[in-house]
Amino acid sequence: MLQDKDRIFTNLYGAHSPELEAARQRGAWHLTKEMLDLGPDWLCDQIKASGLRGRGGAGFPTGLKWTFMPKEVRDRPHYLVVNADESEPGTCKDREILRHDPHLLIEGCMVASRAMRAHTCYVYVRGEYIAERQALEKAVKEAYEARLIGQNNLNGWDFDLYVHHGAGAYICGEETALLESLEGKKGQPRLKPPFPANAGLYGCPTTVNNVESIAVVPTILRRGAQWFSSFGRPNNSGTKLFCISGHVNKPCNVEEEMSVTFRELIETHCGGIRGGWENLKAVIPGGSSVPMVPAEQIMDACMDFDTLRDLKSGLGTAAVIVMDKQTDLIKAIARLAYFYKHESCGQCTPCREGTGWMWRVLERMVKGEATHDEIDTLLDVTKQVEGHTICALGDAAAWPIQGLIRHFRHEIEDRINRYRLPRAMVQGAVIAAE
Amino acid sequence: MALRRFDLDAGGDSFAFKPETEEKIAFWRGKYPADKQRSAVIPLLWLAQKDNNGWLSEPAMREVADRLEMPYIRVYEVATFYTMFRLQPVGKFHVQLCGTTPCQLRGAEGLKEVCTREIGKPMHVTDDQRLSWEEVECLGACVNAPMVQINDDYFEDLTPEILSGILSCLRNGAAARPGPQVARVNSAPEGGTPVLTDASLYDGSKSRLRELPNLPGAPASAPAPAPAPAAKIEPEVPKAPAADDLKRINGVGPKFEAMLLEMGVRTFAQIAAWSPETVDTVEARFGFKDRIDREKWVAQARMLADGRFDEHDLIFGRGKD
Repeated sequence: MLQDKDRIFTNLYGAHSPELEAARQRGAWHLTKEMLDLGPDWLCDQIKASGLRGRGGAGFPTGLKWTFMPKEVRDRPHYLVVNADESEPGTCKDREILRHDPHLLIEGCMVASRAMRAHTCYVYVRGEYIAERQALEKAVKEAYEARLIGQNNLNGWDFDLYVHHGAGAYICGEETALLESLEGKKGQPRLKPPFPANAGLYGCPTTVNNVESIAVVPTILRRGAQWFSSFGRPNNSGTKLFCISGHVNKPCNVEEEMSVTFRELIETHCGGIRGGWENLKAVIPGGSSVPMVPAEQIMDACMDFDTLRDLKSGLGTAAVIVMDKQTDLIKAIARLAYFYKHESCGQCTPCREGTGWMWRVLERMVKGEATHDEIDTLLDVTKQVEGHTICALGDAAAWPIQGLIRHFRHEIEDRINRYRLPRAMVQGAVIAAE
Repeated sequence: MALRRFDLDAGGDSFAFKPETEEKIAFWRGKYPADKQRSAVIPLLWLAQKDNNGWLSEPAMREVADRLEMPYIRVYEVATFYTMFRLQPVGKFHVQLCGTTPCQLRGAEGLKEVCTREIGKPMHVTDDQRLSWEEVECLGACVNAPMVQINDDYFEDLTPEILSGILSCLRNGAAARPGPQVARVNSAPEGGTPVLTDASLYDGSKSRLRELPNLPGAPASAPAPAPAPAAKIEPEVPKAPAADDLKRINGVGPKFEAMLLEMGVRTFAQIAAWSPETVDTVEARFGFKDRIDREKWVAQARMLADGRFDEHDLIFGRGKD
């Protein structure tokens, strides 16, 4: 288990005050000026050396992403945009940062802005997180009043932070859709290139980072890149917030080191699987967009980017959705298919039409009202949606279904058989001829 | 995608913001550059919805459009795209029930039955105008599943009985306590947690650090980059999984690309950081002279590393495979 002294989010559960004074007691806003004074190159190098990979799902190295910003500011200002539009089913980690440790985030925003030569940062909070947004606004106000941020602040880097909010669209978690939404438009992803580092918010150089990626930055700098990279296996370093939901005895959020095994994670923090380990059926290890992994493969697997990729799944946002043997997996995935149908922005035809089609077929499969060859047709359609859309929502809709068919095809077949058996007389004219 | 149309009959002909909302409007508009006021459309629509009993009428959308000097259609687009904007009247307490898989696994369907039984069909408003409900997609409180959002508040760790109790409270004008409805603190495990018990985290000892580690010039204790020019060719980010397509640089073909990769050069950023000495070293290895300068590899790489691909292709021409 990760030791308490190595935890970054020391107020994860809100047992202490989120306010500035208490946050300072926990170490926030300490030596910030010194960090900022060291300049962008040092900041980027440290974050690169720490091996921090983006916590929003894709796992792209954060320090490297920052270096994509232009090296000098010309006529267009630079922007940092923080993605707090947390809506991946299963994920609820950023919520805890926003409401319980907002000062770590604000400090991180300032340091990251210095690293990319930005003076302005927008934090895009999902619309439903109203209390969380108010908590963040309050912390921002405190930081302004203490002159930690703002023009002519004590830290010596002019910096403005604004909180923005959405209104309930999953797709706005995609970085370019988020920028569109922040510009006051429908959240429909943009074609890339140009990448946001070149033309992002208002056509200016912009970097979009996840809340957790930004909030861990000041602590990494205070404790050293080596400290952070000492956790987890190579290329998967650091600590990570895990959100464990579904059929465990005690679902919870917890910060653990990367590459912790699934068994240890569940046993230490969640009181085990409901009904014992024999009762485990499958796990979605990284938020709804990644394929499920069956029990025997996940039990002793390391929870990190590379191991889960090798299991044909992914760490994603580290939102672990556990399903026991009483779960109707087809129904669970059909519900996810409905989610993607509902959240498709409608811009690309394969996704707009495909998500609805896949959902309708899966709803029939839940009842068993389908034919065996439709399973292959369904798989084929997922392949036609995957990779043929502007953003990754098409892929995200396809993968859970592919995972279901890959590992539990026999369940779909059984259900079809069960449905058809008593109806053979009605459907089959051949039998009637006997 | 969700098909959403607005209710033209129920909205009447006019809408005005409440006087006390003006301050909030100014607060939101102040966040965006003067020529980018359109950014405020979602916050303003949200305020309008608050002032219009929890739903957006067409006159309210027009009011927002007029304030931000936007064409009406642009506001209609936004209002129909985002599902938190309700386009028909709702009850004083509008229940948004999360039905996505993590909540479904822990019994959201039982909650749906409660709502159907006690309120009616989705979006139906009870006769006393107090309650309505709808099923929504993941609300981001999955470890506290199943849960609902009622107006601004999350009610977590529900059972059908508890939800039924909350609904009857709200119907009778009593207050209901938001947050987890079982014995747990926010998202900590039920019955307490073994972590975050170390008192030294909270006594201020965390902020007694004198100096940052890894200061420039300090003796490198870990993978600090070696400053020697020859070594600079080595990968600065050996862990980076995504190598750039170096052939994009005009002048680098498959053969040079292979040689560069062999030297550990994988990204544009690395080439962009080459010093004149490094360039000489590389040329010596490649066995030619002045070509890197002539073809401006470093300048090209700098532009590519910045993501300015179009500009690069325009100025230098796109490298051929």
